[in-house]
Amino acid sequence: MRQNILVILPHPDDEAFTVSGTLAKHIQDGDHVTYACLTLGEMGRNMGIPPFANRVTLPAIRKLELEDSCRAIGIQDLRMMGFHDKMIEFEDQEQLDGRIGALMKELFPSIVYTFYPGYSVHPDHDACGRAVIRTIGRLPNAERPVVYCSAFAKNHQQAIGKPQLVNDVTPFLQQKMASIQAHRSQFQAAELVGSKQLDDEEIRKRFGTERFWIYPFD
Amino acid sequence: MQLINQEKVQQIIDSLKNEDVYIHLEMTTGAYAAHLDSSKHQAANFISNAVIRYSHGSIAGSGQYRVGLKMVQGWIYSEGLTHWEENETERLLLAGHDSQGKLIVSLQLSRVPFG
Repeated sequence: MRQNILVILPHPDDEAFTVSGTLAKHIQDGDHVTYACLTLGEMGRNMGIPPFANRVTLPAIRKLELEDSCRAIGIQDLRMMGFHDKMIEFEDQEQLDGRIGALMKELFPSIVYTFYPGYSVHPDHDACGRAVIRTIGRLPNAERPVVYCSAFAKNHQQAIGKPQLVNDVTPFLQQKMASIQAHRSQFQAAELVGSKQLDDEEIRKRFGTERFWIYPFD
Repeated sequence: MQLINQEKVQQIIDSLKNEDVYIHLEMTTGAYAAHLDSSKHQAANFISNAVIRYSHGSIAGSGQYRVGLKMVQGWIYSEGLTHWEENETERLLLAGHDSQGKLIVSLQLSRVPFG
């Protein structure tokens, strides 16, 4: 049966590194994916190597990169939510939750992907996950979708245990690498992919698995 | 962006003095600094589209530049600037990029707000 999948992440390229392989599988299975990207990553520090973007041009460039990434994955529905990069934790909570709640009401997703609040390093990641959990937590039990959270803070497994979902996405690495490389101003950064060509084994090792924790509401 | 041309940057600084201009001023070690290296102290700040007016401003240094803008009361200062945008003649876009190409500091001035 066709499922509605809702992905809520704060930055263009978050989808590429955390969930693109999993989404490519959903899409192959006939599911419908909506990606709500909260910001345009306009405060990012990477401007390309060598830099081809600047503070002023970065948002428009990252918007195009995000659209390319979604095409590479096959995402049918991209929503750019228009919040300001780095400011999610300071946003008016009512407004933020209201926008997420409206998406829930419109789409009735059976699965939601987001960041695990408290274990996702970047303040925007944690604040995005908190808003999603807050909003879905207010729904009656029977209406709650399963929420799969990505986490990568140091020592996160000591606090939240092992992931319940470990997806082998090696059959979808073509889509995943195309999604990553669509973010042309970002992916060559040393801590992401780096500038050197990776061989197939290295790609499988670094990008072949996507891990998620089911958020425990009760 | 291109490596700073000190003389041309000075011309733009001069052309924007004694009027209200919008400033974007930023410095950041990056949101992943402490995650990637726990010995690092993570810090950042930015102020965007504040209105300022300076009576005198200049760029100093070589390779890595400093800019100081003197206001009626107080100063604006930025260090570590390496790049400018040569295609912008009406506004000033300056940034400092570290050895990995990442933005670490930026100073921008414009007669109209930044988007």
